Amino acid sequence: MAGTSLVTARERALAVLGGEPDDATLRRYLHGIPGVDAVGLEQRAAGLGSRSIKTSSKAWALDKIISLIDLTTLEGADTPGKVRSLVGKALKPDSTDITTPRVAAVCVYGDLVGVAVDALGAAHGDPDDGLVSVAAVATAFPSGRASLDIKLADTADAVAAGADEIDMVIDRGAFLAGRYGEVFDQIAAVKAACVRPDGTSASLKVILETGELVTYDNVRRASWLSILAGGDFIKTSTGKVAPAATLPVTLLMLQVVRDWHLLTGQRIGVKPAGGIRTSKDAVKYLVTVAEIVGEDWLQPHLFRFGASSLLNDVLLQRQKLTTGRYSGPDYVTID
Amino acid sequence: MSFLDYAPAPESRSVLALRESYGLFIDGEFVEGRGTPFQTISPATEERLATIANANEADVSDAVAAARRAYDRVWSKMSGRDRGKYLFRIARLVQERARELAVAESLDNGKPIKESRDVDIPLVAAWFFYYAGWADKLDYAGLGANPRSLGVAGQVIPWNFPLLMLAWKIAPALATGNTVVLKPAETTPLTALIFAEILQQADLPPGVVSIVTGAGDTGAALVAHPDVDKVAFTGSTSVGRQIARTVAGTNKKVTLELGGKAANIVFDDAPIDQAVDGIVNGIFFNQGHVCCAGSRLLVQESIHDEVVERLKLRLSTLRLGDPLDKNTDIGAINSREQLERITRLSDLGDAEGAERWTAECEIPDNGFWFAPTIFTNVQTSHAIAREEIFGPVLSVLTFRTPGEAVAKANNTPYGLSAGIWTEKGSRMLQLADQLRAGVIWANTFNRFDPASPFGGYKESGYGREGGRHGLGAYLAPASSSAVSGGRGGAQRRVGASDASPALVSAAAGAEASAAGADAPAPKRVRATRSTRTAKKGAAK
Repeated sequence: MAGTSLVTARERALAVLGGEPDDATLRRYLHGIPGVDAVGLEQRAAGLGSRSIKTSSKAWALDKIISLIDLTTLEGADTPGKVRSLVGKALKPDSTDITTPRVAAVCVYGDLVGVAVDALGAAHGDPDDGLVSVAAVATAFPSGRASLDIKLADTADAVAAGADEIDMVIDRGAFLAGRYGEVFDQIAAVKAACVRPDGTSASLKVILETGELVTYDNVRRASWLSILAGGDFIKTSTGKVAPAATLPVTLLMLQVVRDWHLLTGQRIGVKPAGGIRTSKDAVKYLVTVAEIVGEDWLQPHLFRFGASSLLNDVLLQRQKLTTGRYSGPDYVTID
Repeated sequence: MSFLDYAPAPESRSVLALRESYGLFIDGEFVEGRGTPFQTISPATEERLATIANANEADVSDAVAAARRAYDRVWSKMSGRDRGKYLFRIARLVQERARELAVAESLDNGKPIKESRDVDIPLVAAWFFYYAGWADKLDYAGLGANPRSLGVAGQVIPWNFPLLMLAWKIAPALATGNTVVLKPAETTPLTALIFAEILQQADLPPGVVSIVTGAGDTGAALVAHPDVDKVAFTGSTSVGRQIARTVAGTNKKVTLELGGKAANIVFDDAPIDQAVDGIVNGIFFNQGHVCCAGSRLLVQESIHDEVVERLKLRLSTLRLGDPLDKNTDIGAINSREQLERITRLSDLGDAEGAERWTAECEIPDNGFWFAPTIFTNVQTSHAIAREEIFGPVLSVLTFRTPGEAVAKANNTPYGLSAGIWTEKGSRMLQLADQLRAGVIWANTFNRFDPASPFGGYKESGYGREGGRHGLGAYLAPASSSAVSGGRGGAQRRVGASDASPALVSAAAGAEASAAGADAPAPKRVRATRSTRTAKKGAAK
């Protein structure tokens, strides 16, 4: 998908902010957004989590979940072989049932992007066309503690290797210190580094690491800030910090993208990542998306699950629906 | 397919073993009623559920006589600790049969299963647990040492929370040593009758609780019965007035929980998404059949359009339909009569010039239904801003300053509840002080807890239920009228003196140690208990 260029990102920020995106202007804007009542938010999330999905709705939901997964391996011990395995699974999640849809993308470290691209071959491309994208984590993932030059180089490197999507982390330290302008500039700069020589751009997912932002008000402000600075997606977590994705946080981020859409007409994606392991949990997220921003948001360009172990549980549930029986973990592949 | 068409997931009715017909529950047994029996139906399908006995005046008299006997011979003489045991047992049985009770409640009332299962029934159990804990601690209820029970309580409850209202009435009455004759609403008697089975299961002594079913006449006979010492009523203000007239000039103590037209006040700095959820919960919970429903939305003018827009968006995701389906948010209106009232008042809103918006949803062919509705451009003089509609209809008004919000919120004959939405703590507290309502919720709405008192100002009634205050409605200080004596005074004195000397000394000891004196209170309390146990043994 073609992202917006730096200039337009800046323009949209200026239009919404009514001034230069410096600390003071951003602070006024972000702190002027209505607060979040934690009790109420969690209550609503619990309510959405209790919707009951069965039979035909469940079959639909399971396939939808698979098509929205960023199948992920982010270990220090990752090898080219591991990535090739991952790609194999992404293309054919369940060899016993060819009707199983492909996942949306594989998500790897920057140095393994090339391996993933090679392994995908002709199947590399837009998930809307039934192909699989390559997402790369960049910007000194997962801590984000490096100079901007390093972060930009990291990003450009992954884009050059063929990454379609860049998952960047924000500088939580700068955010918590109130240096909103700095966070804005970094996101905008990384967004610029996503641009390829032919003028197209990799899609930018901005990871807030909500577990380190702690309060819902912070999550809400960081979401707005990321969107203002040009993020195409907002993502909850790296998966390296607990708590990672939670339903209330995802609900809150969905409310932000809904509000941004009402304000500007633009659609921003949301990606909960980390900690979503079961189909049952994932279905709760689908319900939340459908009821907060609408069902048309349930497409790979607007919603993703960042997960590694979720897929197997979904496959087991899927097998159960077709055969009527539960099988064991050995009936799905391990990586 | 659309994901939001969630496949139907109705709760199974197999947990519920309904009888073909139910009698009156008097003196521990189900007996025939002498009035003409009536049917109870499911408001969602108009399907007949069971035939219910109708109690006439003679039946009510039998029930009151049984309650008096049980009071004199057993319940008033029993120690608080033993009464507590019965209440704990009832609470546990309610939990054990929770699913069955939830299904019965949703069938008979029309409320969504997720509300009966997740709100009503757990609260019913909580209420019995809470008052079970009070039964042996009445000396510490703030009414002085050794307060005494009143005698026979006649209780009349409404159809909106059939079992929860039963628990609000029966739990404190039994904990304080009173016996009860209760009349559930004629459209929703089922769970009260299943509760009667639970009382049998709990081995509660016969007559301590009797349940008489019937319509207004049965209730009137109960309230007017000369041997009833205490009347407790929850329902409409008009019936409340009749009751007040009936008991005027008698020795009966009365508590009334009546109507409401609560203001839900939203300031421009409110947590807006949660406020929208709170507005929805405030008025569309239980189809708006809530006396403390936030039916008047007072929203600050500067955010009026935004709030209304978000509210409409939110309402369009609400799902109306089969109350037994787990995915249902809005169930059926309880009766045709109530549906007609809601329709009439809403039409009045149109006629007065308010703007009606109704959520798009399919209305089932059978049963009684009313889609969630918002009226904007409502003026304070409109009937829909003043009269209790008791249905899923919200009237939206605006204000500009906190003072105006308070003035508009208080400008109602009612005063049961109110809600405030703001991020500013100081304003929240200041406003709460100025609002004339019994319950004020801040950044939430329609939350109930057995430890929190509930009751109204002005035409919303008098007396408090719930919490320590709820005990006061069923107790009198020992010193005052125990000597002068009302009906059954002699027995009451016997009941009271059963424990009094020992408990008084325990309380005195506790007070002394609280004052810093070094009194050996714990020892005395222990002695007290053994004395009381011995006495109880002797009485048997």
